[in-house]
Amino acid sequence: MMLVWRSPSPRHGNMLPVNRLSGPMPWVIAIMMFLVVLTAAAGLGLGQASAHLRGGLAGRITIQIVEADPFERGRQLHAALKELRRLAGVTRASRVEPAKLQALLEPWLGTGLDSRDIPMPEMIDVDLTPEARARLDSLAEVVRAAAPSARIDQHAQWLAPLDQLLALLKWLALALVILMATATAFTVVLAARAALDNHRETIAVMHLLGATDGQIARLFQRKIALDSLFGGMIGFVVAGVIVLLLGRRLNNLGSELVGAISLPAGGWLLLILLPLLGTALAVATARLTILGTLGRIL
Amino acid sequence: MAGIVRFENVGLRYGTGAETLSDVSFNLAAGSFTFLSGPSGAGKTSLLKLLYLAQRPSRGLIRLFGEDIVTLPRSRLPAFRRRIGVVFQDFRLVPYLSAYDNVALPLRVAGIEERELDTPVREMLEWVGLAGRSNARPATLSGGEQQRVAIARAVIGRPDILVADEPTGNVDSEMAGRLLYLFDALNKLGTTIVVATHDVHLLSRVPHSQLMRLDRGRVSDPTGALRHPPGVPQGGA
Repeated sequence: MMLVWRSPSPRHGNMLPVNRLSGPMPWVIAIMMFLVVLTAAAGLGLGQASAHLRGGLAGRITIQIVEADPFERGRQLHAALKELRRLAGVTRASRVEPAKLQALLEPWLGTGLDSRDIPMPEMIDVDLTPEARARLDSLAEVVRAAAPSARIDQHAQWLAPLDQLLALLKWLALALVILMATATAFTVVLAARAALDNHRETIAVMHLLGATDGQIARLFQRKIALDSLFGGMIGFVVAGVIVLLLGRRLNNLGSELVGAISLPAGGWLLLILLPLLGTALAVATARLTILGTLGRIL
Repeated sequence: MAGIVRFENVGLRYGTGAETLSDVSFNLAAGSFTFLSGPSGAGKTSLLKLLYLAQRPSRGLIRLFGEDIVTLPRSRLPAFRRRIGVVFQDFRLVPYLSAYDNVALPLRVAGIEERELDTPVREMLEWVGLAGRSNARPATLSGGEQQRVAIARAVIGRPDILVADEPTGNVDSEMAGRLLYLFDALNKLGTTIVVATHDVHLLSRVPHSQLMRLDRGRVSDPTGALRHPPGVPQGGA
């Protein structure tokens, strides 16, 4: 059944039949918006993970005190901790408890591990301010002076390739969003041209009755705005559900790195703006297409 | 009476073909009633298209309401078109609109508020004898009824010029008489009427009308003067 949408505006109502949901355009836009929202969410999540890496993990170092003599190892541990806590730019310096270390090694060495059988290094997790991170060499010297067996493991060093990959994926997501928006705009151009073609006779009559191009364009804009908004909201809702479910799955993995892939504050607001931006893009594209086509008619 | 339409050496050519209209020159006074006659293919419809601004001439000068419309910017055409009512040969009603909405179309295009257009639309439908068919779609109307809707649509905006292309071509003699009666009534209200027809007998039904003959794209009187039907005193009734 043809749905006839009646405009609330008396000036333009009842001039053209506006058949909502009658063509493929709302569904094409729904599919495009679904992909755009998923891609944008992925881009935002990766951006958040990248920021987390840089702000959190990358600002962290781990100091290992690799010393076979347990007494000397303990002495160097306390000396290093003492020095670290004295240094400016160290926001946290804490010993990794042996139980936690044992738990980390358990997959390889099994349960019931005794440090008297296999000497385990002492480990210190250190969080640094960005300023302290910049002068890591001097910090390392101070630590080595206090604990000659200390080895400093910079998280930023092994995280750098991952961070670069995340940044690349983030930009790729942005490029995909732009490509899909462009494809949507071209779809709207085709739909607007088809609509103009379908209503060519009516448009000719309206022109001869004195209708301006703007009046005629507004009639089509309404239909395209409705189609785009409807399709956009459907695409958003479906993609939103998937984003929520994926977010839960990622959180349940218990990994600090994977768990960092989450939407930033205001991420949902940005995502919900996408169907509205898509509608605005569709309406602007349709208007330009229609005015351009009408401009070639007397 | 002041001139409302002026054609000077107007020529019209579609694409690269031969001229459909050549050296057409005439003046129409405001409030005049003119029949445009000639055999099929003489160029009547083409001339009307120039008159209701569906075409621009290939050459020559056309002045409407005192303005040169050949060089008129496209953006100003709608305002001129709103002053011209057109009854197309094939009616050109909007198929998915009711008779009421078709008649209301020019008023809506002109930006008349909905609450202000109901009375004139209903009066106009009553005037053309279609008050009881206001909700009918064109497909459910007879040829004569469609024609009357087309006339109501053409005149509802009280145009300064009414152009009708073969309005009696598809109707019987009685209906033709009624249509001419409608045109005459409108003409008496001050509207300039131009009716294209190949039926010269219509002239006798509007005594004060004048005749312009076209033949092979030219006004058959090379002086451009408009001839009056035989037996009717010059200057009209």
